[in-house]
Amino acid sequence: MDTATEKHLDETSPETDPGPLLFDGADWSFKTLSRTYNAIERVALDDLGLNVYPNQVEIISTEQMLDAYSSFGMPLMYRHWSFGKHFAREEKSYRQGHSGLAYEIVINANPCISYNLEDNTMALQTLVMAHAAFGHNHFFKNNYLFRQWTDADGVLDYFQYAKAFIAGAEERHGLTAVEEVLDAAHAIMDQGVFRYRRAPELTTEQRQTRKREIEAYRERTFNDLWRTVPDSARAEDISEAEKMKIERRHQLKLPEENLLFFLENNSPILEGWQREILSIVRNVAQYFYPQRQTKVMNEGCATFTHHYIMNALYDRGQISEGAMLEVLHSHSNVLTQPDFDDPRFNGINPYALGFAMMGDIRRICTEPTDEDREWFPDLAGSEDWREALRHAWANYRDESFIRQYLSPHLIRKLKLFDLTDNADDPHYTVGAIHDEQGYRKVRDALANNYDPAHIDADIQVVDADLRGDRQLFLEHSVRQGVGLAEDSRGKVLKYIRQLWGYDVTLSGMDHQTGKQLYRTSTLEVEESK
Amino acid sequence: MAMHHFIDRRQNPSDRSLGNRQRFIRRARSQIKEALDKSIRNRKLGDVANGEDLSIPTKGITEPRLRSSSNEGRRARVLPGNKEFVTGDHVKKPPKGGGGAGKEGAEEGEGEDEFRFTLSRDEFLDLFFEDLELPDLVKTDLRETTSIAYRRAGFARDGSPSNMDVMRTMRNSLGRRIALDRPDKKLVAALEDEITALEAKTEPVAEDRGRLEALYEELEELQRRQKIVAYIDPVDVRFRQREPVPLPNTQAVMFCLMDVSGSMGEREKDLAKRFFILLHLFLKRRYERIEVVFIRHTHEAQEVDEETFFYSRQSGGTVVSTALTEMMKVVRERYPTDAWNIYAAQASDGENFSGDSETCSRLLMEEVIPVCQYYAYVEILDEREFELFGNPDAGAALWRSYRDVAAERENFAMKRVTRPADIYPVFRELFLRQGERN
Repeated sequence: MDTATEKHLDETSPETDPGPLLFDGADWSFKTLSRTYNAIERVALDDLGLNVYPNQVEIISTEQMLDAYSSFGMPLMYRHWSFGKHFAREEKSYRQGHSGLAYEIVINANPCISYNLEDNTMALQTLVMAHAAFGHNHFFKNNYLFRQWTDADGVLDYFQYAKAFIAGAEERHGLTAVEEVLDAAHAIMDQGVFRYRRAPELTTEQRQTRKREIEAYRERTFNDLWRTVPDSARAEDISEAEKMKIERRHQLKLPEENLLFFLENNSPILEGWQREILSIVRNVAQYFYPQRQTKVMNEGCATFTHHYIMNALYDRGQISEGAMLEVLHSHSNVLTQPDFDDPRFNGINPYALGFAMMGDIRRICTEPTDEDREWFPDLAGSEDWREALRHAWANYRDESFIRQYLSPHLIRKLKLFDLTDNADDPHYTVGAIHDEQGYRKVRDALANNYDPAHIDADIQVVDADLRGDRQLFLEHSVRQGVGLAEDSRGKVLKYIRQLWGYDVTLSGMDHQTGKQLYRTSTLEVEESK
Repeated sequence: MAMHHFIDRRQNPSDRSLGNRQRFIRRARSQIKEALDKSIRNRKLGDVANGEDLSIPTKGITEPRLRSSSNEGRRARVLPGNKEFVTGDHVKKPPKGGGGAGKEGAEEGEGEDEFRFTLSRDEFLDLFFEDLELPDLVKTDLRETTSIAYRRAGFARDGSPSNMDVMRTMRNSLGRRIALDRPDKKLVAALEDEITALEAKTEPVAEDRGRLEALYEELEELQRRQKIVAYIDPVDVRFRQREPVPLPNTQAVMFCLMDVSGSMGEREKDLAKRFFILLHLFLKRRYERIEVVFIRHTHEAQEVDEETFFYSRQSGGTVVSTALTEMMKVVRERYPTDAWNIYAAQASDGENFSGDSETCSRLLMEEVIPVCQYYAYVEILDEREFELFGNPDAGAALWRSYRDVAAERENFAMKRVTRPADIYPVFRELFLRQGERN
């Protein structure tokens, strides 16, 4: 930190300051919060160069916190019994001391709202503000997935609207009727997102312009010769049924990966308000979809940010040693990564991996080894690690971030290895470890572990004969032979049937060979009962 | 500098989660009721109404999603903390269902057979009342844990005249009068006497006249001061302050009498327990202290603890009057009627030793009912018997004898029950009377 900035700091410090310390002791007040916020902000904006939405920090009670994370971490969520169930579970576990509470919850919105627990000490409040109000906030504002998929300006209004709409529907149509739709919609929430960006809807005017352009192009390039070339689509050998199927699929815009969207628009039986509920659930799912894809990066960004800021404040003598020790204690708690054979192991800790990778990028920039130079020629020795990190935070998601940035150094440090589980074998096979031959393989395998294309079942609507028996056909593209758990499969199909109104058949087709691996239908589920 | 602000949300109404909670209870209603019925059987009469830790099967409250199956296909996971593995090593799979490498954490909410959570007192009562089909007014009445009375709580400067505290007002007045040196009434009276005496003199001397002048002056001054310093000034006035406080309750004893001979099965006892619970809830609402005495009988009666009362069996005949005699014995020994409100609830299947029923009705009329606030009797029948005895006039000897008592005594109620919903009417009179009194 150069002296100029420090002087600037001293000048702006309020005169109520008890010396250079921002706060003293565990208790917080809105005054100390505000003073500390300003100090954090200076580091975040001037030093790290973060770009954040305006912040709104709200202090909430334990019960409000429990409530918020029982409903998807969204305090404005509509009402549903499942949130009550989660609340009961969380509350019991919390009251009995089995689990602590999150220190904060942050909402991707403009202004960015973070909820801080009232029980936090001042040191923790400081940590939490640096973590959420700046780390997560910067990530939300800059990461491409959030920019493309979520509307930070409108999201709070939308949730407000959704809550009011559901409450209104409950009043008009009864709790049970609304609950039935919500239950069914929740069951296919994971299949209720668009994974790829769609072209924005054209306005009528634009559509007409485009039509004119196309016609003009056709006129320009007209050649009567084409008429004489045999057309495969018009060939006689395609049966009438096939033709109709092609036509149907065209009309329903099939295949369609977003089941909620499809049902909302094409279900023969749903009423307007029911379609609107599907639309709400779909929008909620879509809103959270970027978060699911950026868990490692988001937490990594926030953890790196709070770690950097807390150290900066400490170096300037703005927080006491005691407060810093408390911060470091909870920091290292959050970052614990037990080994795979540890009884506490529960998967890779996104905080730990994210933080390690962010720190590693900084290291590669400032103290590169020959290996780093070989693996990351653009990054190594680039000095401006801040810019490098901001670039990564803005343009990657977990899968691509790991594929791009996971270094051999870190693979060695974490002793990562690939363990392949083939259901037919009596044993697991170690596919790769942290050695020269293994780095790329481990990196790819880890990236795949975070790739929605690998972890989410790929299920699409492929056919529905609205003029015939109206049966709905879904296709599951099975990768690596991993099918669907059977206990929940039948139940979810029933829910889809409920929304569609007619029988639903799901076939599992091998991703590569196209061979049918399984086929299940509500017709059979009914019969077997 | 970006703008920011802090908001204190802690004071926001905390019922936000309530809506979800109610929806959850509603959803899991049948499972919760089942668990509740079991719990009513296992709990003590007195603490039935406290919150309850329930464990319900997850069936019906699962949230199924399409999940990848865990036992087919091929998958590669990257794990941290390799110790000794090299590429190509084989690692034995743990036995099915065991933990170890590669084990996925159970999906939230799935895979558990039981869901445990805590039911609050209100939720418990709601569900408990559901079967009993209580009128709404009675439900709220029972749910309220305290009734309100107004109790003296210090003094206030204003209030209604009827609440004026004279003592306190006078004390203030006196203090003020002394402090401001208000002329004493006696002093004025003495002066007046003296003046009267002097005026009465037929031949006043000059000395007297001078004295009289001085006295007039003095009196005038005193009267002026008396006028300025009022005897009672508005600032002296104090009113008794009243504050709502929970009713200072008295104590009650509740006698549970039950026939435990072989013909009372589990269903009958379960119904009887609900009957006792309802009375207990009612009393708990009214009285600060309630004692419960359990008397069971076959051909002889004895006082027992709750456990024995509901769960142990005894063989023998049935002589109902023994229970009444035993009850009166306990009353005489431990519950003097001037200190205790006595309530009694009796459950039986209606059988009695021949000839004893008359003894019962005589005992009731002469000894028991006179000391009781309320005596409720339920005869627990099965559905088939209920058909037979649909007519309240028909019945066995005990029923008929009790009918005579009911006709004569207002605080005696009786009812035949076959299901929980039948229980409440036996208390209708009791609840009604309380309602009127309030």
